[in-house]
Amino acid sequence: MARKLLLEHINVPGINTLDVYRQKGGYRAVEKALKTLTPDEVVEEVKKSGLRGRGGAGFPTGMKWSFLAKPEGVARYLVCNADESEPGTFKDRYLMTYIPHALIEGMIVASYALGAKTSYIYVRGEMMPQIRILERAIAEAKAAGFLGKNILGTGYDLELYVQPGGGAYICGEETALLESLEGKRGNPRIKPPFPAIAGLYGCPTVVNNVESIAAVVPIINDGGDEYTKIGIGRSTGTKLISASGNLVKPGVYEIELGLPVEEFIYSDEYCGGIANGKRLKATVAGGSSVPVLPANLTLKLANGEPRLMSYESLSEGGFATGTMMGSGGFIAFDEDQCIVRNTWNFSRFYHHESCGQCSPCREGTGWMEKVLHRIEHGHGKMSDIDLLVDVSRKIEGNTICPLGDAAAWPVASAIRHFRDEFEWHVREPLKSQETNYGIAKYAEPIAKAEVTTDN
Amino acid sequence: MLKVEEQQPVEFSPALITKFDEISSRYPEGKQKSALLPMLHEVQAELGWLSAAAMDKVADYLKIEPIEVYEVASFYSMYFLKPQGKYTLEVCRTGPCCLVGAEKVMDHIEQTLGVKEGEVTADGLFSWRGVECLAACGFGPVLQIGPEYTFYENLDEQKVDTLIAELRKK
Ligand SMILES: Cc1cc2nc3c(=O)[nH]c(=O)nc-3n(C[C@H](O)[C@H](O)[C@H](O)COP(=O)(O)O)c2cc1C
Ligand code: SF4
Ligand code: FES
Repeated sequence: MARKLLLEHINVPGINTLDVYRQKGGYRAVEKALKTLTPDEVVEEVKKSGLRGRGGAGFPTGMKWSFLAKPEGVARYLVCNADESEPGTFKDRYLMTYIPHALIEGMIVASYALGAKTSYIYVRGEMMPQIRILERAIAEAKAAGFLGKNILGTGYDLELYVQPGGGAYICGEETALLESLEGKRGNPRIKPPFPAIAGLYGCPTVVNNVESIAAVVPIINDGGDEYTKIGIGRSTGTKLISASGNLVKPGVYEIELGLPVEEFIYSDEYCGGIANGKRLKATVAGGSSVPVLPANLTLKLANGEPRLMSYESLSEGGFATGTMMGSGGFIAFDEDQCIVRNTWNFSRFYHHESCGQCSPCREGTGWMEKVLHRIEHGHGKMSDIDLLVDVSRKIEGNTICPLGDAAAWPVASAIRHFRDEFEWHVREPLKSQETNYGIAKYAEPIAKAEVTTDN
Repeated sequence: MLKVEEQQPVEFSPALITKFDEISSRYPEGKQKSALLPMLHEVQAELGWLSAAAMDKVADYLKIEPIEVYEVASFYSMYFLKPQGKYTLEVCRTGPCCLVGAEKVMDHIEQTLGVKEGEVTADGLFSWRGVECLAACGFGPVLQIGPEYTFYENLDEQKVDTLIAELRKK
């Protein structure tokens, strides 16, 4: 059995309450950190653990913490990013629903490490039930002396608040999130300055994902070195994977990084295979923003070796034959799914969610949505396919925040790997309304020469 | 373009004002504008939507310009700038949910309620719309109903029928 650090007690009745959470060893990390470690020692443990940000970018958490500016007399903030809106991702909501104290405990330890006296958990507004759960958990923790003034008699003070968003994917981007927390529209800021220097209210700020913060708890309990014993290479520890789409058992799984993708999809311990006895056609392995891969490249690298669930293995082969870990949103498509339709759906999403500040993103996402709409609905032209590639290239790298790239990659990768399906839609406008292109060659091993075409 | 719907002047209940005070106390002195988004949720929970008059009163309370409230209310998808049905069914319409039948569920809601997306039924009870990924993709299709955003998972046509019938009876 794989080791579980975050979800070990998920099935214990009452684990959402402080009492049961403590019976299972909860709040030991707060005791240990505040009573026996200096803030810098906590940062050091997290650095040693090799923990990488679980929100999508994979930036080493300990290193991010050590960049935090500490000018005399200026407040510092920790803000937890619980905006979770990347299509395919639902692990943070799951963790907050069932084990809210894992996040609260992590927030206390992390705030202590950073010297924050006030911290916020920014939760997307739609998660009102989770906001209520967190508020209750905070009240419990406060009543037990883990929050508020002079925590556990150590002299450390911390107030923790939950802030609801208003419904906007872009507020997951950390600087947009800070704007939103200041009561403004969620327009990403131009960086630099980075939040570590000037974040919330212009003060030094760390923004971390829910899962990153929760992972600090086992790291402090068992030590950073122990954490590195799980995982593979620079992908240390465990990771929550949100599995959705046409799977026998979709849901949230905690995996040890380095698990073979094939085992994740087909073994009964995880997703149990493709639903309804169908075959796998494609996957989006890390949330809607990462490149889509055909089944064969999902399971194996271009050289035929098995692909693993790790930051390095998922991106092996670059965009030509690889993808990215992203937020760990693993979406599986069975043989009856239409890649063109899904790509259009994602483009509609990004167009809807673009904040509109940069013209390549604002105009480009709209344009891609329109062109994909017409291909999907039988009015496409052959030249539209290259037009899409062209538009996606003009967005990529030319915008204030990475939403532009996130909108471009799904389109570019769909055409890179499934161009024949797009062409078929153009050639067979009527047939493509009634049936799907099917699995075609995507489940067969691709010869190496074939995959090094564009890019 | 934001069209701020005109409406009669509104009164905020004393409970709502107490709530405003509590929310404002979460931020450092001078940073009370941070209370804007949570306050707008509270107003919408009490009044059902955000009229210009209601937004002006929020601006008054926070001592900011009304435009600062309008621009926020119009940016975020959760705020309603016109009246809705008593129950607004918000169905996730994003990719992963579509792989498991979200489009069918939306078609079914449209037929059952007899109104298009964004419209209100004649009895004022229901409206519906598609929304983007609700972070529950493994349990799709899903829908939510404000103001507490009650959540319904693994939907099919039958479950939607049961839900609508229950809400009608309430
Ligand atoms: C468009 C966009 C949406 C994002 N959404 C989220 C999100 O919902 N949750 C999250 O933790 N990070 C999200 N991120 C990444 C954050 O900007 C940031 O990198 C992250 O919160 C840092 O935390 P970590 O280092 O713990 O991963 C998003 C980034 C972009 C560009
Ligand atoms: S890339 Fe798009 S979402 Fe990001 S700042 Fe520019 S317009 Fe806004
Ligand atoms: S796609 Fe529907 S909840 Fe994520």
